[in-house]
Amino acid sequence: MFTPEMLESVKKVEATRAARMQTEPRRMTAEEKDTLLKAFHPDYRADGFAEIKIGSNKGEKAPLELAQLLNSNSRILGVDIDLNNVDYYVYVLVIGGGGAGASAAIEADNAGANVMIVTKLRIGDANTMMAEGGIQAADKPNDSPVQHYLDAFGGGHFAARPELLRRLVMEAPDAIKWLNELGVMFDKDEDGNMVTTHGGGTSRKRMHAAKDYSGAEIMRTLRDEVINRGIPVVDFTSAVELIKDDRGQVAGAVLLNMETDEYLVAKAKTVIIATGGAGRLHYQNFPTSNHYGATADGLVMGYRAGAPLLYQDTIQYHPTGVAFPSQIFGALVTEKVRSLGAMLVNVDGEAFMHPLETRDVSAASIIRECKERGKGVETPLGQGIWLDTPMIELIGGEGTIEKRIPAMLRMYLNYGIDMRKVPILIYPTLHYQNGGLEIGGEGFTKTIPNLLVAGEAVGGIHGRNRLMGNSLLDIIVFGRNAGKAAAAKAKDVELGEMNLDHIKAYADELEAAGVATGDVSPLLLPKYARKGR
Amino acid sequence: MENMVNIYLYGKKYSVPAELTIMTAMEYAGYTLKRGCGCRHGFCGACATIYRIKGSNELKTCLACQTQVQEGMYIASIPFFPTDKRTYDIEEIKPGPQIMMELYPEIYSCIGCNACTNACTQSLNVMQYIAYAQRGEFEKCAEESFDCVACGCCSVRCPAGISHPMVGLLARRLTGKYIAPETKHLKDRVDEINHGQYDELIEQIMQKPITEMQELYNTREIEK
Repeated sequence: MFTPEMLESVKKVEATRAARMQTEPRRMTAEEKDTLLKAFHPDYRADGFAEIKIGSNKGEKAPLELAQLLNSNSRILGVDIDLNNVDYYVYVLVIGGGGAGASAAIEADNAGANVMIVTKLRIGDANTMMAEGGIQAADKPNDSPVQHYLDAFGGGHFAARPELLRRLVMEAPDAIKWLNELGVMFDKDEDGNMVTTHGGGTSRKRMHAAKDYSGAEIMRTLRDEVINRGIPVVDFTSAVELIKDDRGQVAGAVLLNMETDEYLVAKAKTVIIATGGAGRLHYQNFPTSNHYGATADGLVMGYRAGAPLLYQDTIQYHPTGVAFPSQIFGALVTEKVRSLGAMLVNVDGEAFMHPLETRDVSAASIIRECKERGKGVETPLGQGIWLDTPMIELIGGEGTIEKRIPAMLRMYLNYGIDMRKVPILIYPTLHYQNGGLEIGGEGFTKTIPNLLVAGEAVGGIHGRNRLMGNSLLDIIVFGRNAGKAAAAKAKDVELGEMNLDHIKAYADELEAAGVATGDVSPLLLPKYARKGR
Repeated sequence: MENMVNIYLYGKKYSVPAELTIMTAMEYAGYTLKRGCGCRHGFCGACATIYRIKGSNELKTCLACQTQVQEGMYIASIPFFPTDKRTYDIEEIKPGPQIMMELYPEIYSCIGCNACTNACTQSLNVMQYIAYAQRGEFEKCAEESFDCVACGCCSVRCPAGISHPMVGLLARRLTGKYIAPETKHLKDRVDEINHGQYDELIEQIMQKPITEMQELYNTREIEK
């Protein structure tokens, strides 16, 4: 599969391997990292951003494609929808069928609330399903939630909201215990100790995993539990706007049957936005590791209803997306590959950085190696850097790759590349939305008293960069909390007259600001069908 | 000029670039996918697909997102298959010999044709994990079925009507919850947190000024 030029470079990687394995590359200083990020991280590319024109974050920056959606009118502006014709009426409406939504629904059900999930695709079609490497929790004797806090706070550039980060780290061990008791098969040794590794930027080995199907194992277990409990899941049905009432509360959502184009009305005493990320907006033309429906719908709906955003201008590019072959371009190569010992190596066989720097630093360093230093490997779609996977077998013994990262092995073998024997080519891929809707410690938005947000749609848990394994953790911790909090809150909510006035008000505000994008939002699905030929 | 191949989507012919996957070829042909498309990276099982190469009678199964197109491919996606999941209370059931008989008795009607294994898009030994389930060897069933993405291709081909992915899932949940050894360090840490052992320390670190946090972070010891 490799081109002759790639094969030439592989020889150099092989030639330096033995010597490289004798040394650990130096970690960068704080100053070196700062300089690197400012010069090469996509978040610092001014032309990748535009201004939000109206609303509570007016004047702030967002990625171009997100700003375009925020500056656009609702897709149901002017559509006649009879809100008195209620199709569903529940106490807790969960929008989104990923890990956060499923966790929330289970806990709301546990608390005795009448709960329903609506989801654009199927339950489990979510970034949770695709998380490979693991989930963090400080549960080993040499570790503590305080150490976890320090790692995450520093890794996120000291920008995380303390009240959110506190919850994340303090409730992490209980999240693992909850999952384990639901039947998630974590990697353990024969005595029951969790097999844990480092992630980029961790100071203790606290990455729990289920091979490299960690997210899939969690998601399929949660999905099974949702079904066992008989929680209604309305699939292939997207929420397109929140419904409000005359008391400033949310009162449900307008839904769209994705197959019949029929609009439906879901009335609810509390609403949890658990719609996930935005990778399919392809910021700065990056490929993405995200699932098909990751189009920031929840951010758009929440913002239009009056909930502010936080850190919407910070995006995570995972350092190791597939650069070659093109069929799997942008797919995630789990950080666990580096946790298990593989080094990042340039075209000349040089290990140009420590393999376990945080993700933003690693991504920027790879981009610099290719763009500035000209030490990338040419590929049909751009450039790549070697991830020296045969090292894993040398360090961990033969069979380590098949046992610990079987999904990666399978993905590459499909295209005739045996990562046990040859290194693989990677380049950063659009992976995670660090920012999102702002919430308080209990999961509620600060402007709408019965609207909650959980999972990747939240901003502020991680600050301006997220560590590996803290996202699977946050969907469980904040998903569970949102479910409990919504169930409790719903008992006290009295809904007033339902309306969609905020959609018209948003349109008026856009018009007054002279903004006319010609688009409507939320996007719902990326536009991949080829047009014109 | 790009290297093109001819494929047949639901019997209709399209010429598409040879390097595409079945999924991206459908989009190249002009389809806007709603069903039959999920994670697009081989983890969710949404894009189960059945195909036959023109001139061959062999039916093959695959994930559309993980399979490159070939000349003469006749392609039909299977966006939904009525897999039969039985419901249960995970707290009530036990990993005893009778549980499979109660929930999935049809596994004992397996005729050993191995069509499930041949259909597996993940190259798993499906018939073997069903055999483990029949014998109550849940841990082995869990291990053998672990990489299952529940695309359902096995069930499509099964003459006994077995819902293999659901059997594997039950075995994994039983293994994770009841059979795998308990984790003492996890239980201990949860107890410590519940008893407030970290409350004061976490309050302290939350109150520290940024400059002090930077110093702590940049000089922290990293476990080897």
